[in-house]
Amino acid sequence: MSFLRSLSLNSVGQRVAGSRGANGDSQSKPPRYSAGGLFVKGARNQPWPRVWREVPLQKSYDVVIVGGGVHGLACAYYLATNHGITNVAVLDKAYLGSGGSGRNTAIVRSNYLTPEGVAFYDRSLTLYNTMSVDLNLNVMFSERGHMTLAHTDGALRTMRWRAEVNKLQDIDSSVIDPQEVKKLAPSLDVSDHARYPILGALYHPPGGTIRHDAVVWGYARGADHRGVEMHQKTEVLDILVEGGEGRDGKGAGGKVTGVRTNRGDISAPIVVNCTAGWATLISDMAGVKLPISTRPLQAAVTEPVKVFLPTVVVSGSLHVYVSQTDRGELVFGASVDPFNTYNIRGSLEFTEELAGHVLELMPGISRMRLLRQWSGLCDMTPDYSPVMGFTPVDGFLCDVGWGTYGFKAGPVSGEQMAETIATGQTAKLIEPFKLSRFATGELVGEKGAAAVGH
Amino acid sequence: MLLVPCPNCGPRNASDLRYVGEAGPRPDPNTATEAEWRSYLYIEDNPAGLLRETWYCRAGCRRYFVAERDTTSNEFVNSPLPGNKIGGKA
Repeated sequence: MSFLRSLSLNSVGQRVAGSRGANGDSQSKPPRYSAGGLFVKGARNQPWPRVWREVPLQKSYDVVIVGGGVHGLACAYYLATNHGITNVAVLDKAYLGSGGSGRNTAIVRSNYLTPEGVAFYDRSLTLYNTMSVDLNLNVMFSERGHMTLAHTDGALRTMRWRAEVNKLQDIDSSVIDPQEVKKLAPSLDVSDHARYPILGALYHPPGGTIRHDAVVWGYARGADHRGVEMHQKTEVLDILVEGGEGRDGKGAGGKVTGVRTNRGDISAPIVVNCTAGWATLISDMAGVKLPISTRPLQAAVTEPVKVFLPTVVVSGSLHVYVSQTDRGELVFGASVDPFNTYNIRGSLEFTEELAGHVLELMPGISRMRLLRQWSGLCDMTPDYSPVMGFTPVDGFLCDVGWGTYGFKAGPVSGEQMAETIATGQTAKLIEPFKLSRFATGELVGEKGAAAVGH
Repeated sequence: MLLVPCPNCGPRNASDLRYVGEAGPRPDPNTATEAEWRSYLYIEDNPAGLLRETWYCRAGCRRYFVAERDTTSNEFVNSPLPGNKIGGKA
């Protein structure tokens, strides 16, 4: 352990010695869950071990990560695993995975529109592919294929464009005709009589679904195993900045000294904003303004039925995406609500519209019943790409603006943010997503592939 | 459903209107720097609380108006009056 402790960031403050009960090192994996272990524990009536430790909050850390979702936890995990920085605290105002990480529709894909986007999301898909082995936890990745339907000539043209961009970067992605659509998903209505006939689709076999809670727990467990601390119900009330040009020494030119939480002040030279929904509120605390507006996205799930939908089906024109879970429920997602709000109350209007659109695609499921609906907050940026990396405040980093595509980018964001923090240089893959692109006008337009297309 | 208080048409469903965005002063084109324009275009206040915003009554009177809404409860406060000046980002 002492060897590990000496591996912390060189440029940043002293580590708090002792008192930390990390139970692993940066090479070993967290223990595997097995049927044998379950049997032995059950037979001996042993308690099941906690997935992560609950330890007292320290007064200082090398890195404080705000937001305990897939992005924050992945960042902490890769900081510890790839860079040996383990004096890290992940703070969440509620419980781990309580925000967007537990509210998304768990779809992953990499068939984006811009070369920057494709390279980035493809790395994420690669990490998702080996995640179960890396984290020793079954995240139930189901590589079932992803189909984006085209109902207009314009949409078909965009699909063609995306397919060619994808192929240039070795992504398995192609445009298929309605007959092939029918073969892949027989429940879809591909006739000419539909109100929005299906003219073709962009088919992306490596896409699929994953169990999002398992991803959160896997990263939390892996990070904990390497000595990272997770603190739930710890709300950040303020970010402490010195020497900036704004009010109270905040803003551009300032330097982060720590955070103020509902459980006391924590000093830290590096604070990372990994929140979704509340990203602008957290950044405002450091005096950094972001090009982000917060909007809710509603989703719903039906009662479980036998498996009949083998792929993920997305329709941009109908504002809907559908996939069937391993339990047999159909998960529906929609587009974001058309106005800014932090209110996540669902609406009947949404349910009605969603149901109507799903039935236009699959008339056969008209008797199915909805089990429940929910919504989550999305941080929308003007160009539908995230805001990542350094900000004008020294030591304050952002991994925000994830709109409706944050979950599928979780692993790669964590990996690249960890590299950025450890090396002090913006990692190559996230260079296009820097905050300053809005000041220089170098936007990364992903609306054609990100809006509704999950 | 969100009922938006149009000063001319009364409360209408948000789907009858278009949300234009945060209301605020447009920079003076004669003096504004590039950075000010870009900031006006992209940077948002995005408050959790009272927000002054511009709506366009698309399917009704086709007028722009400024309303104030609490973004945590979606309740409109200080309902706009007819003839209210058009705000910011139109």
